[in-house]
Amino acid sequence: MIPGNTLKTRVPQFVQDRTVRPAPPRYRNEIGKYIILRDEEKCVLCGRCAEICPQGVHVRKPGYKYFAEPKSHLCFGPRCEKKGTYCVAACPQGALRIDENPMLKALGDYRWPAGMILATWKMAETGEVPPEDYGYELETGDSGGGFDRMRFKFPDKPSHDIKEEDIDTGLELNRRNDGRARIRIDVPWYGGGMSFGSVSNTTQLSKARAAVAWNTFTCTGEGGYMERMRPYDDHVLTQVATGLFGVREETIQRVPIVEFKYAQGAKPGLGGHLLGDKNTPAVARMRETVVGISLFSPFPFHSVYSIEDHMKHIDWIKHVNRRCLISTKVSTPTDVDMVAVGSYFAGTHIVHIDGGYGGTGAAPDIAKKNIAMPIEYAIPKVHNFLVGEGVRDHITLMASGGIRNPYDVAKAIALGADGVIIGTMEMVSLGCVRCGRCSSGRGCPRCIATTDKKLIQKIELEWGTQRLINTYNAWRNEIRRILRRLGLPSVAALRGRSDLLMHLDYTNDREHTA
Amino acid sequence: MPKKYHIETKPVPPRRPRTGKYGIVDWREDCARCHNCVKKACVYDRHREEQAYIRNLNDVDALFFDCMGCFSCVQECTKNLLRLSINPAYENLGNRYWTPEIIQTTWLQAETAKIPVSGAGYGGRFSGHGFDGMWTDMSEIVRPTRDGIHGREYISTAVDIGVKPSYLALDGGTIVTDIPQLMTLPLPLIIDMVPEKYTQPALEAVIAATAVRTDLVAVIDSRKWPVAGIDAEKHLEHIALYFDASSLLPGREVLGATRLVEIEGAGDVTKRMAEIREINPGIVIAVRVRLDAGGIGRAVGLVGEGAGVIHVVADDNGDEIGAEKPRFIKEMVRELHTELIRKGLRDEVTIIAGGGIALPEHMAKCIICGADLVSTMLPLLIALECHLCHTCEAGRPCPAKIGEITMEYGVGRMTNLISAWHNQLVELMGAMGMRDARRLRGDVGRAMFFEQLEEETFGKLFGTRKRA
Repeated sequence: MIPGNTLKTRVPQFVQDRTVRPAPPRYRNEIGKYIILRDEEKCVLCGRCAEICPQGVHVRKPGYKYFAEPKSHLCFGPRCEKKGTYCVAACPQGALRIDENPMLKALGDYRWPAGMILATWKMAETGEVPPEDYGYELETGDSGGGFDRMRFKFPDKPSHDIKEEDIDTGLELNRRNDGRARIRIDVPWYGGGMSFGSVSNTTQLSKARAAVAWNTFTCTGEGGYMERMRPYDDHVLTQVATGLFGVREETIQRVPIVEFKYAQGAKPGLGGHLLGDKNTPAVARMRETVVGISLFSPFPFHSVYSIEDHMKHIDWIKHVNRRCLISTKVSTPTDVDMVAVGSYFAGTHIVHIDGGYGGTGAAPDIAKKNIAMPIEYAIPKVHNFLVGEGVRDHITLMASGGIRNPYDVAKAIALGADGVIIGTMEMVSLGCVRCGRCSSGRGCPRCIATTDKKLIQKIELEWGTQRLINTYNAWRNEIRRILRRLGLPSVAALRGRSDLLMHLDYTNDREHTA
Repeated sequence: MPKKYHIETKPVPPRRPRTGKYGIVDWREDCARCHNCVKKACVYDRHREEQAYIRNLNDVDALFFDCMGCFSCVQECTKNLLRLSINPAYENLGNRYWTPEIIQTTWLQAETAKIPVSGAGYGGRFSGHGFDGMWTDMSEIVRPTRDGIHGREYISTAVDIGVKPSYLALDGGTIVTDIPQLMTLPLPLIIDMVPEKYTQPALEAVIAATAVRTDLVAVIDSRKWPVAGIDAEKHLEHIALYFDASSLLPGREVLGATRLVEIEGAGDVTKRMAEIREINPGIVIAVRVRLDAGGIGRAVGLVGEGAGVIHVVADDNGDEIGAEKPRFIKEMVRELHTELIRKGLRDEVTIIAGGGIALPEHMAKCIICGADLVSTMLPLLIALECHLCHTCEAGRPCPAKIGEITMEYGVGRMTNLISAWHNQLVELMGAMGMRDARRLRGDVGRAMFFEQLEEETFGKLFGTRKRA
């Protein structure tokens, strides 16, 4: 049922196919895991290295005597030795040397090590998980806990009965059977809230187009609903957050899902914060505020003292938009399980738990590390409580806050989530190096989370869209591979199967009942 | 509305070149001098600033400067001449516990008085040793069990120091209980003594002035009293003189003007307290106890003997003193707190905990573990651009030239840091739904501990944890 007002304001919806196309990095010099050093005095320019390298690392342009700078980012490193394609060994003069790139130490962090960033860039470029030969650590980071210490217990011989292309990665978002739309997305994730002002228009539209291509959703965040987002209405989830910035009846009526944001993992319990530098005239107009001042969304909702108050909020939105689903986004306090059950009884369709280690925007450092529990604890806690209360199959549990790769997606689902919400992965796909300067001065130096006019122009919408489409494709394919190896026909069949996981720090002798 | 605790701050720039995390290695000899030089395009203008700086430079440290580590210039240089690396000087900052991150964030806060803010989520380890193995809770929806809706301006970080009688005796409506003196600090923090091993020039005057400006109290060794360059009358209210067992007590002109005094928890403590009370009956007396193997037992014993304020102190890293496998201050404070509860004494005494308090969250976490307030010193020393290089220990000149600081610089930097800590404590308390720092004491329900979460969550799924 679409409200009359929606029909009047509805615009033709954008169509975007999900074809993978090459989307090479937009920087001139790519960063690779290895660097190749050629001793010019020893090299006799015989060309043996170029002949033997299957990756095309060594290039001598036609008509040139000398080799161009090696394309180090394509190099597999010493792994080539086993294949007999190792240029260092093949060089008759011993003129070549391969070392690990020392610059990687300066790239990334414990949660997103350099290898994971490089692998994500490669996925964004090619649409596929990079071959193992690159030696990127895509599956785990170096944080020393949580997802990084979990592994899947893959059977020795994967089932041949299941074909990858038949595996269902779709996700039902409405399980309440309440007459509202039954929304199904094609991948078990959608894009997290990044408001207008915190990221560039190009970034926001790239996310929207990728969501259209993969029949999933993107979220406006709480910064308001740009008019230019209207061609994507069917794939947009808009937020009602504590600051109520940009919340209007007509924007609520446009979308299939409305989300109440109680808290966010990056700064649980602190509300939102848009620094003054990013509050440009356009942002201020959208948020109906004054240019240049920092904008705080208070914490918590000052009209919600109880689940009953939350229910009144939900009823309000359900009345304004008769077709939409309701999502409730909370962080991960000790009693997140009870909050989730309360939200179910208040009428929410989706409960979105956002763990303490996630987030893309500016947040006080003290909040990032110290407040609320990591998502790895919260997922099984909420899942099991919902099961115990007998409502698990009537609500969709979405998890976010540190989902970095397709393995994290699968682990989160095995721990009990139905699906996940992503944010940082999209930023990294667009070239983010996680320098953490999203909030400084002109904003992101990688031109992603900025409102600076010059910087915005450095990313083209088509390029950004394709990078995200490609990464989505790589993730979907890798999740299918994981499921095939586990002998499961669908993402839904993986939910709550923690018996398929092991933890490297545990005896793993607990008997599970699936 | 009552007067709010507010610290006046203003930026105090560093005296020395910043030791940034990143450094750009520039292989200039192959430069094409192209018109699109990436150095000009640096979003932060760092290359230009660096060049300007190097021209006036006598210090190699500045070769590594304020690069933000965005890789943009590295990836855009037409000749691929630039490389980014971690500044080795940055990696050499501090030690295992006082990490380069802690030192750098302390410098930033001492300069700006602002809460450090960054994007891109948390990039650190999942959990870790000591205070890194616990998270504070937050309140999702305002509930009657918590403090209700309030703004930051209603959050009180004040705490009381002194003996707190568990009941009042009345005689016909008149209180007959001898009400002991109680002092209130606006922040659960006292400034501790500079460890003797840091042998730079005397900082007591700067510390005392900082205590006055922040309305806090600084513990100063009585052997260093009187402190040159400060007005005793104005400062004594914010100074707690420390007397070891052999120090002579000063007269009423000194002890009569101070609110708090600290004595060594050795020898005849009861007699020592009586001597001090004879000079100033209203003074609050804290007994300093080293947290070595018998520290907790001694602290509990002293409470039994009538000590109303116990200041337990672990080593600089928060570890048990002299132990082969030391316990951390967090665990020791929890044990002390629990033991005092078991004996029915907890509400009558004040526990000050020190050692390893390096960040503002440590203040909140230590209080959650059972302290009433904390003490710290090293962060204030770091605020003066100390690298914790320990060069001074060997008698060599301080590379940070702390001996050359001005009063304005020293007090400004320390004050800025304390202000930033206060604001961050308010952030944590706001998230927890707490309005009063006094109520945070021992409230482990407002925290989540790594071991507990692991057992409750992963223990059910994966069995027994193998790794400690």
